[in-house]
Parts: sequence; structure tokens; C-alpha cells
Amino acid sequence: MSQHEYYSLTVNGEQHPVQDAWIGESLLYVLRERLGLPGSKGACEQGECGSCTVYIDNAAVCSCLVMAATAVGSQIATVEGLNTDGSLTDVQQAFVTEGAVQCGFCTPGLVMAVHHLLDHNDSPNEQEVKEALSGNICRCTGYGRIFAAVESVISVRKSSAS
Amino acid sequence: MTITKTHRDVLGASALRPDGVAKVQGDFSFSSDLHAENMLWGATLRSPHPYARIISIDLSGAWKIAGVECVITADDVPGQLTYGLISEDQPVFAKDVVRYMGEPIAAVAADHPETCRRALAAIKVEYEILEPLTDPERAIDGSHPDIHPDGNIIRHQRIVSGDITATAPIVVEGTYDIGMQDQAFLGTESALALPDHDGSGIEVFVATQWLHEDRKQMAKCLGLPEEKVRLVLGGVGGAFGAREDISLQVHTALLALRTGRPVKMQYGREESFFGHVHRHPAQIWMRHHATEDGRIVKIEARMVFDGGAYSSTSSAVLINGVTHTQGPYQCPNAVVDGYATRTNNPPCGAMRGFGVVQACFAHEGQMDKLAVATGIDEVEIRLRNIIHTGDTMITGQVLESVAPVERCIRETAALPLPAEMSSHPHELDLPGGSGRTADRRHIVRGIGWGVSMKNLMYSEGFDDYSTARCTLTNGKVELKFATSEVGQGFVTLAPQIARSILGVDDVTYDTIDTQIGSAGSTSASRQTWMSGGAVDGACRLVRERLFEHVGALHGVDPLRLGIDDTDIIDTIGDFRISVQEACADLSISETFEYHHRPTEDLDENGQGNCHVAFAFVAHRAVVDVDIELGLVKVVQIATAQDVGRVLNPMSVVGQIEGGIAQGLGLAVMEEIIVKDGKVRNPSFTDYLLPTALDAPQVLISMIEEPDPQAPMGAKGVGEAPCISVTPAIVAAIRNAIGKPIDRCPVRPQDICF
Ligand code: FES
Ligand code: FES
Repeated sequence: MSQHEYYSLTVNGEQHPVQDAWIGESLLYVLRERLGLPGSKGACEQGECGSCTVYIDNAAVCSCLVMAATAVGSQIATVEGLNTDGSLTDVQQAFVTEGAVQCGFCTPGLVMAVHHLLDHNDSPNEQEVKEALSGNICRCTGYGRIFAAVESVISVRKSSAS
Repeated sequence: MTITKTHRDVLGASALRPDGVAKVQGDFSFSSDLHAENMLWGATLRSPHPYARIISIDLSGAWKIAGVECVITADDVPGQLTYGLISEDQPVFAKDVVRYMGEPIAAVAADHPETCRRALAAIKVEYEILEPLTDPERAIDGSHPDIHPDGNIIRHQRIVSGDITATAPIVVEGTYDIGMQDQAFLGTESALALPDHDGSGIEVFVATQWLHEDRKQMAKCLGLPEEKVRLVLGGVGGAFGAREDISLQVHTALLALRTGRPVKMQYGREESFFGHVHRHPAQIWMRHHATEDGRIVKIEARMVFDGGAYSSTSSAVLINGVTHTQGPYQCPNAVVDGYATRTNNPPCGAMRGFGVVQACFAHEGQMDKLAVATGIDEVEIRLRNIIHTGDTMITGQVLESVAPVERCIRETAALPLPAEMSSHPHELDLPGGSGRTADRRHIVRGIGWGVSMKNLMYSEGFDDYSTARCTLTNGKVELKFATSEVGQGFVTLAPQIARSILGVDDVTYDTIDTQIGSAGSTSASRQTWMSGGAVDGACRLVRERLFEHVGALHGVDPLRLGIDDTDIIDTIGDFRISVQEACADLSISETFEYHHRPTEDLDENGQGNCHVAFAFVAHRAVVDVDIELGLVKVVQIATAQDVGRVLNPMSVVGQIEGGIAQGLGLAVMEEIIVKDGKVRNPSFTDYLLPTALDAPQVLISMIEEPDPQAPMGAKGVGEAPCISVTPAIVAAIRNAIGKPIDRCPVRPQDICF
């Protein structure tokens, strides 16, 4: 592309220069194709499936709907930033253990959505869990094992808090 | 259900996915995540018209755009101009005529996806628009000129069995419509093609269901010998049948060979709707004749499956449809007439359930009508007719599979019903969910049933074998196979098999690619049986050689040796040695090819032993319907499924719950709307998929009656869950509203008007 833009994004606490980018690129595209962070997935690029979920200043957003250049100055967090030491978060571990992963394409977005839910509500009821995850489509699992994973995180967190 | 963990991840344990950790971390490489140095992006120009003559194509505008490296059309295809799974009737690029909306015409390679988009917009195609053939009945009656040299009927198949003049006092009939469903895998089509330095061959990373079949079709179109086309499985984001046909494989490879540079292609969601085949929409008429006590005497049926513009797997889908007319019930006499038509609608082919979904929707609708006509309860009417092992089917084939149909029904019935809706339900639990539109006073509950049988593996004489290699080195096992892992969990199962047979815990698998014999397709519920059988066979050969070695070294007859957990033991003596110790410094490698028993073609009367094996399942659905708004909430699905043997309980639960969600989608929301040959809703905004709020409670009973024909006693579990759940949900809606509905998906207007 001929448009040469230079800006810089803060992703997972680190500054990332973005060079020679076309100004119309979505945050999802820039993360995946320019910054080497392909953990966020694109399955609809229309804000319908949630597989591209990231946090911008702690709000969960569909990165496919955000123009990357508008995120300058914000704190962006992606699935790659959940565990910088390579270990798994409790949500990630529960997804593996409870069978919430099949093809795994929805998984990074769902992991982000579940963390976001539990950060804001440590004991969501069944309906709250379902509503919070209803923006994340999973075509493989039918959601049963995903609910099981969320339940197990909630109960482990509760028992370790008490 | 509770899932228990055993101390070793052998068969029967809920072993965890070996790729699970990478997938939750966003570290797993899907085919769309791949990159190469100096890579170009590819994109495809598609027809906006369902049927038109191409007068001219002007590429000059695209070539002028900076960053465009290559533009190709049909004129640039070096080998065969057409491809296809069963019949090679689909052009790589349309040349003189386009036959469906979205048919590829040209492809470009450029430095950026946006450059590609602009290049496609700069290609000028002049069309003469033709009157599309969109009504499958006109394909059958011959009133529309042929839209393809192969004609407008892809296949016609009759089944005539028993006494066709037979009749009985109770006669019920119905015409059932099944909508066009999309597989809607989340990871859209994508591939990365890397040309060899000398341009003589190519390596392609691609998300597919069947590497070797892709390679065969690609090599022909590229004009290359097969060994010059190497395929590697790129991480696959779901499949469900949509990756059985090739889509962007030839285009990507051709662009890479032309430019001498790596090319990546990835469809967006809208393009994906045009880039793969869908579930056939079908219209099925059935008439059941039965005795007053509800026993089926004869079934007459006519089935029309619209295959769209190209044949894909339509002829096999049709065969599944007509041969499953009777469902899991006895039927002494039958007359069935089935057509797979060619029209200018979107091409249809494989989707989970493959023709049986459509047949089942009709036969289960008929069973409910029979229940009403005879005054017999809908469970009892089914029990009175169930098919058993040893019964002859309408094809003349004797059912040899274990057939626990009665247990499927009774164990489903024994699962608890949900509690009545409370007087103050949570609004998200009501029909309409987050729309919060439903009114408690207008909600009625209904219960419905569906029971089905599904053939496993390929049919009609096709030898869809699978190959695997097992290498035991210093107490570690490495497996090699070309089995596409699309999310179903074969990469979990294969090491479980090796651990069970060899007593080794450290089991890995090599890259999944074409550097070994074919595994066949990840479809038809076949990989547990077929590739499982291949891994099982390869591991057994290795074990035999290990026993020979140990026997010779320790003076024990190898035939007396067996594996006990992680030890080798003398089964009638005291000798015992750990496998680890026994195979120190040893390396044994064996390859095994598993073939299922041969099958036959159907003759012109639909007679022949065409199927390998069958699995059975029952579903009971409970729904709440807002009769004013026409909204449905599926409250609960209870199911008992014939699985043969449970090899990984957690994986089986995942397949069952996932299949049920897809069947629910077809029942109440998923449909590709096609008008005058044009797709109206190619996006996730307009094509609705079940979300977490739509997920019902699922109660599961797994019926384990190991099938002696199956290598490990286990039947494939992938398709059965999504078949009879759809008619069960629609029956529950009928039960709630007391009106006939003979179509799916059920729309608000079907309920309200
Ligand atoms: S890709 Fe962003 S919501 Fe689907
Ligand atoms: S695991 Fe495949 S889409 Fe969720």
C-alpha cells in the first residue's frame, strides 16, 4: 500500500511501533499481521463472533471493529498478555481441563471474555455467565464444556477466597 | 455428566487435548496465522450473478495498481480446467459462463489485502445475464435448458423393495422442507502456498478435511505430478463438511507458482459463505402405510435434494437420503424416488449428517403423524417399529451393526424432565433471550421426540482406507498419520490408543501431512473407526515385534506375553518387565493400512449392500414457545446415543453437545436465504447461529454395546448428535402450539400464522 503512516500502540504493556501501515487497518489486522500477535482471531470481522476480543483500557471490545490508529494512547491487552511467564491462568487451565476447547478458534476470545466477566463479577449466576458469553460464538462445543470451565473457576476462586 | 480421570491417559480416560494449552494461549497456529518471508496476499474475484455468460474480462485495470504482482483467470490454469470430489464438473475459474453467485472468475496476488481488494474492483467483466434455473422441480421436469454439459439432474435413484402394491388401514403423508444450512466453522478458508525454488513443485499449508484428496485434485489442475504437491495441515478452525471440497487450494498454489513467491489466501466471512458448499435444502414427500396397531407396512417417498450449480458430493448425499427413508424402523415394502438436481443456486455438498438429516426430518414427522392417526403414544409407536440387528433394510442389506435402538429410546425417556417454568422466570430464560421481548403469559411448553440411524464411513463400493505409522524408540512412541484434526480430537485419541496397546506413556505425533499414505476424510463419523483402526493396527504390529524381541531375550514364548499397564508380562507365568526397560535401545517402526469391509453400489432398484455400519440415537426436546411472538427457547435436550464403546468420555460429551447445538440451529434459526439464486444473508449478522443463551440443558446417556466390526468396538460419534435433535425440537414446537409445522428452521411466521 502506498499510504505511509507511523504510530505506536501499547500492547500488553509494551510499546509497538507500527510503520508503513495503511490507515484503514483494523486493530485486529495490525495485531495479527504487523505486531506478530496472532492470538486474537477473526471469524466475522463484523463484531458478531467475539473471537477477536481484546481489552482497550480494560473494556472488552471486538478488535475487528476498532481502527488501530484510534487506539493510540490506550492500553491494549490481548490473550498473549494474560500470562507472560508462559503459565496458564485459572481460566485457561479450566478450559483445557474441562474440555472447553475443540478446534480452539473461538477460545482466545472466550478466555478474554471469561476473564473480563470474572474481573467485574466474582460470583455470576448462570444467566449472567450466559449473557456475558453470548457475544462469543463457538461452533464446536455447544457451550456445555465452556460453562463447566467457568463454573469450575468460580468455585475454585470461591473456595480459595474463603 | 461427571467425567472421571484415570491415572493414565489410555482408552476410556478423559485424556486432555495435546493442543489444548497452545489453543488457550492463542499460541496454536491456525492456517490463517501462517506467514512467510516475502509473502503476497491472494484474493478472488467472484460472480455477482447466479447465471450469466461472460462476454469479456478486462484485467488491465488490476495490473496497473501498484503492488499487484499477478492476475490470473481460467486461461492461466496449466492442467485440468475443472475439479470435483465425485465428478470433475466444477471449473477452477469460470471461463464462458458463471453458474452460481460467487463463482470464481479471477484471482490476484498483491502486497496487501487492501491492494487485492482494489485490484479486484478494477477488473472489468462484461456479462450477459441469463435466466437462472432456481426451482429444482424444473431441473427434473426438463422445462429449463441444461445449465451444464452434464445436464440438470446430478443423480436419480429409486428404491423399490417388497410388495409395492401393499397397503394398510392407516395412511399418513406429509411434505417436509429442510432449509439450506451453513457449516459456519469459525476459522474461514485459508492457505499458505510456498513454491519450490526451481518452480517445479509446491508446498501448501491448508485447513482441510482430507489432505490426499486435495492433493490429487490440485495436482491435476496445476499440471504437476502428485509428488510435486506437498500438503501440510494448517491448524483447522472447525470443518463440519465444508472443507471436504477444495476451495482456494488451486488458486493459492497457482498464484504462488506464477509469482515464485509465497502466497497466502484467506476468505472473509462473506466470501466463506460463497467459498464452500452447504447442506442441501430438500423437499421430501412421504406416505406411510401402517396397521391399526401402528406397525409400518409400506413407505412411499419422493426426495428432491437441490445440489446447486456443481455436483460436489450430491450423488452420495442423495444415496444417504434415500437409503435412510425408513429411519431406525422396520419397513417391509418401500417405493422411493430421489433426485439430486443441478440449479443456479449455491452448490451444496457435505455437512455433518450428510443427507440423513433431511431424511430423518421427514421420517420423524411421519412417526408423529402415525402416532396421532393410531392414537398411540409417540414413544410407543417408535418402539413398536424399531429395527434390530439382522433385519433386512429397504436396500436389501441386512443390518449387521449392533442396533440398540430400544435402549436409545428407553434411556432417553428415563432421563429427568426439566422443572416447570416458574411463575417469575428470569427474562433471559424466556424465548427471545436477551431481546427480553417474551411475555410469560403467552408461553407454552412442548415436548417432542426424534430417533435416527446414521451410516458410518463411505458407501457404495468406496474404499476409504486409512494409514498410520507407529515408531517405538527407546521407550517413546511417535505416531504418524495424515488424519485431519479439525477439532474433533483425533490427536487426543491416537496417543490414547498407543498407550493402551504398548504400555508407553510418552506418545507424540508427527506433523500431519502427505508424507504418509492417505487417512481418508475427516467426515462420515469415520476417523475413530478408520484412522483409529490404522493406529491400532500399527501399534499392534509394533507390539508383536516387541514381544518377539523380549521373548527371545528372556526365553518366553512371545505368544504368552501381554501388556499389563506399563509392564510386559507372561500371561501364564511370573515373568514381568517394564516396557521402558524392555525397549531400551530398541527402535521398531510399522505402518498399517486399515480397510473397512467392502460395500457395493446400489442397482437401479436401490438394492445393494451399500453401507458399512450404522449408529443410532434418540433425542427428546423440551421447548418453551411464545405463541404471540413466534419465539422459541429450547429448554432441554435429553439423548441416549449408541457409541459402541466410550474411548474418551469428555470428547464424546463435546461431540454430543456440539452436534446438538448445530441441530438446534437448523431447527429454529439457521438458514441461508436464497432468492432468485442470490444469497441474501452471507454474514454472521444475518445468518443466525446458536449462542450461549440458546444452549439448552443437555442430558446424556451413552450406550456402550461394543460393535464387533469396529476395530476398538467404538462407533463414530460425530454426526448422530445433530440428526434427530432437529425433528425432536420441531415436534416439541408442534406439541406446544398444536399446529402442523413441516419445515425447518421454524420461523416466527410458522408459529404465529
Ligand atoms: S472477528 Fe471481530 S467479532 Fe468476529
Ligand atoms: S472450539 Fe471450535 S469454535 Fe469453539
